[in-house]
Amino acid sequence: MNFRTQTLLWVAQRASAAVLALCVTVHLMTMVYAIRGGLSAGEILSRTKGNAGWFAFYAVFVLAVTVHAPIGLRSVLLEWFGWRGASRDVFLLGLAMLLAVMGMRAVFGVFL
Amino acid sequence: MQVSVWRGKADGAFQEFEVPRHVSQTVLDAVTHIQRSLDSTLAYRFACRVGMCGSCAMTVNGVARWTCRTHVDKVVKNDQMEIAPLRNLPVIRDLVTDMSEFFDKWAKAKGKFEGGLTRNDDFARVSSESENRKQVDAGIECIGCAVCYSSCDVVSWNPDYLGPAALNRAWTLVKDERDSRKIERLRAVAGDAGCHSCHTHMSCTEHCPKQISPTAGIAGLKREVSLAVLRGAF
Repeated sequence: MNFRTQTLLWVAQRASAAVLALCVTVHLMTMVYAIRGGLSAGEILSRTKGNAGWFAFYAVFVLAVTVHAPIGLRSVLLEWFGWRGASRDVFLLGLAMLLAVMGMRAVFGVFL
Repeated sequence: MQVSVWRGKADGAFQEFEVPRHVSQTVLDAVTHIQRSLDSTLAYRFACRVGMCGSCAMTVNGVARWTCRTHVDKVVKNDQMEIAPLRNLPVIRDLVTDMSEFFDKWAKAKGKFEGGLTRNDDFARVSSESENRKQVDAGIECIGCAVCYSSCDVVSWNPDYLGPAALNRAWTLVKDERDSRKIERLRAVAGDAGCHSCHTHMSCTEHCPKQISPTAGIAGLKREVSLAVLRGAF
């Protein structure tokens, strides 16, 4: 991987961190509000199903996690385990796809 | 006071010495006393003794310091002091480390000034009030003692990492309006071995004896490199 791609990964991680800061805040505030208001799981689902706004919000959330986590792990794997090179990046690409699939599956679960 | 001094190479051990205390005694004074009066086989490195040459840095009670400007009073604990070679560098013998890797990384970071003028041109006129010049001034007093390099956890985790001193040097040249190799230098300090690996722990800034903040310079490099890549400059 060349220095240009490495730099772009760094930029992507910082940008996704900014998105996550917003998403995590909104997510936690919504959770606390929903639970304190005494909403049941069924009542929450009735609000999220078919709601394009919540779908878009959580799709962006999942996308940001998909970008952010594997790039951070890339440094962790190098610094803690000395794992570098193409094998590490292929593994992380697989992890990113897994996060995307599992995350979007959950998003569709509360939307459809 | 009781002074424990590292003897041998990486697989050595500490040796105890009894050193008399004096007014305004520096750590280097204590080491010199040991070498001159107690054990002449002790290897250590120093030159100027006034904080200019950067050759006497050692690990004192677990912290990298310039020993010629560190008073014993400041660091001694319970009348004991432990002196070891700098971390993150191969030990040649006792308190002497091999600094080749440290300076090779300055070269890798393109730490050499390359001007664009000839002797026939007029002097470049750079205002001391310009923003670029202020950035250069903030980092230019580095004496190459490797205290920052020794204090940096990223260097110990990733041996390819250029380290705070080399990146600080690169930053002072990137901001030098007379230098003509900005793009090559930004390319040299980008990526996994360069500025983007810095975790902003700030150990370099905390321990730099010249009160330089390599962290600030590295943050500047991250910004400049990222903008250059996004603009397609390289």
